Amino acid sequence: MPTNFRNRDILSISEFSKADILKVLEHAQRLKAARRPTLLQGQVLGSCFFEPSTRTRLSFESAMQHLGGGVIGFADPNATSTKKGETLYDTIKIVSGYADVITIRHYLEGAARRAAEASDKPIINCGDGANQHPTQTLIDLFTIAECQKKLNRLNVALVGDLKYGRTVHSLAQALVHFNATLYLVAPDALQLPTQASRELREQGVRFSCHRTIEEVIAKVDILYLTRIQEERFGDPLDYERVKNAFVLSNKQLGRARPNLRILHPLPRVHELLPEVDATPYAQYFEQAHNGLFVREALLGLVLGKLK
Amino acid sequence: MSTIEQQLQVSAIKSGTVIDHVRAGQALTIVRLLNLAAQHKTVTIGMNLPSRKMGHKDLIKVANYELPPEEANRVAILAPDADINIIANYKIKNKFKVSIPSLIERLIVCPNPHCVSNHEPMGSKFATLHRGETVAVRCWYCEKTFTQDEIVDYRV
Ligand SMILES: [Zn+2]
Repeated sequence: MPTNFRNRDILSISEFSKADILKVLEHAQRLKAARRPTLLQGQVLGSCFFEPSTRTRLSFESAMQHLGGGVIGFADPNATSTKKGETLYDTIKIVSGYADVITIRHYLEGAARRAAEASDKPIINCGDGANQHPTQTLIDLFTIAECQKKLNRLNVALVGDLKYGRTVHSLAQALVHFNATLYLVAPDALQLPTQASRELREQGVRFSCHRTIEEVIAKVDILYLTRIQEERFGDPLDYERVKNAFVLSNKQLGRARPNLRILHPLPRVHELLPEVDATPYAQYFEQAHNGLFVREALLGLVLGKLK
Repeated sequence: MSTIEQQLQVSAIKSGTVIDHVRAGQALTIVRLLNLAAQHKTVTIGMNLPSRKMGHKDLIKVANYELPPEEANRVAILAPDADINIIANYKIKNKFKVSIPSLIERLIVCPNPHCVSNHEPMGSKFATLHRGETVAVRCWYCEKTFTQDEIVDYRV
């Protein structure tokens, strides 16, 4: 079935078919190869950040400007009338009168879907609380496809906070389309929630749970690291006990496959040592850079300028 | 439902509606949500009645009122096994089972405190997911799934 992106809201990765994903990646690849500085001339992006997220905001605003469009919006919720008690619905309704496409970041889960009800212009979810951040997942998939030259049948290790980390849930969900084998590496207290692992099982995904990176390093094509937050542990001692098992250093990479690539949504804290940056396995800075092209592709598609 | 059992438990009504096989503990909530006590309707409630099928059950009788199926279905998530008996002249005129609609709107309070539906003046919306014998609901907004037992509050 042909996918039409024109005027479509980008809210949740679960709404993307395999064909949808491949279409976004294909356009991102073209935009990376050849710039389109006039594609969105005369169009305006409304950038509504109710919670700060400098990286995502700058990357979307840069994408819009690279395509010749303009940007309005706010980066600080204190500057908006939300603080005066205006509803999300009203704020978005008003911005949709000024903009052709809206990006929204909000601390409440489901805020982007609510925003979509207020706007007849396409809404792009840039993170709604712990719920969804679909553009991050598309960037992850684009980077994986780029560095492995394929997306099908890869061995992917997801490492870190698998319980609360929305990034890994969404990526695991998206990889269902591509027959991946998943290695879930986390301390017991932060393993994938039952609901998420049940969904994976129902979808026929091959996966196994592990306690250390060492157990899986020789088997995987992609090592996807995420941050473990100390505050997730009730007892600080529990954190001290596990934290070293989830720090990646060059020492652990001795048994890596030559094609292994390391991804991380960034910012990193101490789970990924700077010494890894110089190895051929480091892909995370390229991943961050790819954010620009994937977001350009999405803007072009929902505004109907890419087919 | 055997008539003898029913007659032993709650006095018969001449005409109206008997909602039987309600999950124990849910009768008062259903009366409130369906506004059954409005306009001086006579409502009789039986709570924690022994039931062969369910162990314990609640039962609701409303005199001189015929509960429309769509109203009954609206609250079916609270009482998925309920039987609705429409009574006329002490006899069962019509009997039907509730069925849970695939979309439940403006009824459930999302148990997720971070869900946008708990912070904006707006309705709630849940999709029903059938898992064998049990039913779960998935919030349209925060995308979280909840079992029936996890639903603790309803919107009036
Ligand atoms: Zn919710």
